[in-house]
Amino acid sequence: MTRIPHLLGLEELSSAQIRGLLSVARRFADSPSLDRAPDLLQGKTVGLVFFEDSTRTKTSFETATTALGGRPMDFSAATSSLKKGETTYDTLITLKNAGADGFVVRHPSSGGPAYLAAKLGFPVVNAGDGHHEHPTQGLLDALTLEEALGSLKGRRVLIVGDIIHSRVARSNAHCLTKLGADVVLCGPPTLLPPEGALPGRVTPRLDEELASADAVMMLRIQFERQSFFPVPSSGEFTRFWGLTAERAALLKPEAFVMHPGPMNRGLEIDSLVADSPRSLIARQVAMGVPTRMACLAAVLAPDRLEQWAKKEGVVP
Amino acid sequence: MSATSLLIKGGRVVDPASGVERDADVLLSDGKVKAVDKPGAVPAPAGGTTVNARGNLVLPGLIDLHVHLREPGLTHKETVESGTRAAAAGGFTSVACMANTLPVNDSGIVTAFIRERARSLGHCRVFVVGAVTQGLAGEKLAALGSMAAEGAVAFSDDGMPVMNSLVMRRAMEYAKYLGLPVISHAEDSNLSGKGLVNEGLVSARLGLEGNPAASEEIMIAREIALCRLTGARLHIAHLSTRLGVELVKRAKEEGLPVTAEVTPHHLSLTDEDVIPYRTCCKMAPPLRTAEDVAAVRAALASGVIDMIATDHAPHSELEKGVEYDRAPNGIIGVETAVPITYELVLKGELKLSRWVEALTLAPARLLSPASGIDGLGTLKIGAPADLTVLDPSAEWTYSAGSVRSRSRNSPWLGEKLKGRATLTVVGGVIRHRI
Repeated sequence: MTRIPHLLGLEELSSAQIRGLLSVARRFADSPSLDRAPDLLQGKTVGLVFFEDSTRTKTSFETATTALGGRPMDFSAATSSLKKGETTYDTLITLKNAGADGFVVRHPSSGGPAYLAAKLGFPVVNAGDGHHEHPTQGLLDALTLEEALGSLKGRRVLIVGDIIHSRVARSNAHCLTKLGADVVLCGPPTLLPPEGALPGRVTPRLDEELASADAVMMLRIQFERQSFFPVPSSGEFTRFWGLTAERAALLKPEAFVMHPGPMNRGLEIDSLVADSPRSLIARQVAMGVPTRMACLAAVLAPDRLEQWAKKEGVVP
Repeated sequence: MSATSLLIKGGRVVDPASGVERDADVLLSDGKVKAVDKPGAVPAPAGGTTVNARGNLVLPGLIDLHVHLREPGLTHKETVESGTRAAAAGGFTSVACMANTLPVNDSGIVTAFIRERARSLGHCRVFVVGAVTQGLAGEKLAALGSMAAEGAVAFSDDGMPVMNSLVMRRAMEYAKYLGLPVISHAEDSNLSGKGLVNEGLVSARLGLEGNPAASEEIMIAREIALCRLTGARLHIAHLSTRLGVELVKRAKEEGLPVTAEVTPHHLSLTDEDVIPYRTCCKMAPPLRTAEDVAAVRAALASGVIDMIATDHAPHSELEKGVEYDRAPNGIIGVETAVPITYELVLKGELKLSRWVEALTLAPARLLSPASGIDGLGTLKIGAPADLTVLDPSAEWTYSAGSVRSRSRNSPWLGEKLKGRATLTVVGGVIRHRI
């Protein structure tokens, strides 16, 4: 596997690099206990810098760091000097001087982690940047899907919701396409990217796509944050783009349903669907830690990872 | 520094106002153009200076109708002194500065202050553009009459659109009475919203809010309608879209007093240049598509777009060296305008005389009669001794150390460029010489 100095997005990774990360993550996921994970991050301190609130992603990175023998250094933006006017760059420099060997960065600005990585010249893992990418989410979704479907080659994955503002949609579109899947991006016409901007076909007509999908990934719709929303109402969103039980019945019997969370039950996804046997939602959550372990090891301890992978017979 | 006699020998003189494009000697004396004649026909002045301009272009002093000198109040970005020094180094003998200073130039006293700074510290002529509305807030008219009385040459809320059509109408009516043009930063800010980059494939790919071309085109259409209604002179700043060009073309065909400018960056760069989140390519209007670039180039060549103006917008490294969405709009431009736009002449897309006109006579016409200077933008006998000598084949690197502006927010920083001003004379005084 070619070295990955920073994990900023899946757009810039080759399919071989993505497959390499997934192989490592798969091995961690198959391990019976996190206690038996190799100490690839022994002696390393990982700065967890979340300039935007997140509980599940941060906890997942924290667990991944600890599982590999590393030390998480938590930085909570809400109570920090950022509120006193410090720049994000100075924040990271401060943490670096306090001993961090690399950073996991959640940033409200698209391109924020890339900016910090370029300016710092220091390993950065993007934990979600604005509307741009959420690479570890894309990888864990791919891991989940491969577990359920086997090879993704020629499989059709339907991503539904606010595509234009979704970093999850972007990372998934790049990742799944590189793994050979046929991606369809679907949502209200006001929330779709122009055709050709992202890999995958773009359509506002959900009902026409359901029968041919091997998996449907529903995205969260943030009605609460918008003063002006590009859909007349949440009810109208549910009516035309929500994965209701009736709509789920149009899917192939063996098709899967996914959601990166947090879910708005009854809005973009019906509880009956979210909790049905075809739901991979719990499995997605379970894949979070092993995927992030693989990403942290690849970026912060590439030599150790390579030795371990060779010894264990893991593909990269 | 006082004006002496200056003989510019053997250069290729291009003066669109008199249709001259030939090798000639130019004599400047007493702050005026004294003679333009065939090589060797003008005797060297006693006690004067002679400059050999063989292989160089000798032009009327270049005029940039759109710069931000940031004084008063924002002197960490630029000052009248540093901005005009940079302009003179870029070959400009005149600039017009926008009103978004601190405080805003919305009163006679601020206009007078800037004029005084320019008089005492300027390295080139400075024409002052006053605000359209108080505080650039788009609500109440600024002191248009008082600013005109203190020498303002035009009005603009540049940087901020005047969203209220009635306010813009009243401003145009008043400006018409004062005989001054209104310069429009055409942008429907409701439609452009939080747009950070041209709306299209690039914005969708980068996950940045898009600013659609339509937001500019809607406002150009409105300004033209108000121009028709009021009869005021309208100038469209930094025109960047293909349809915007069409709208201006139709307005001109209709005979309306409409002019337009285009920036070097909108003539040369596209939204692809923003990748990967380069704040030195962030400005308003944003860099558009290759199709738009082709359209503004063709419009400049045909004269639909009258002039080149840089929208020189200095910002400090502290302000620009941040996340893309947090960086302010604008790039510096006065030191690179010549090589970046001369490239179009080299490529054969723009006639030499048209290029010169777009940097001299066309902006001079917009400044007339408010500039109060007969012959500005020309090398006619008796015109002011404002002259620029360019070496079109000079290759040089726009290095950080060579930047004269107080800021360095340029996409061309560190790049090798071709074509450079070697001599800039303002009112008979040498202000820049290599």
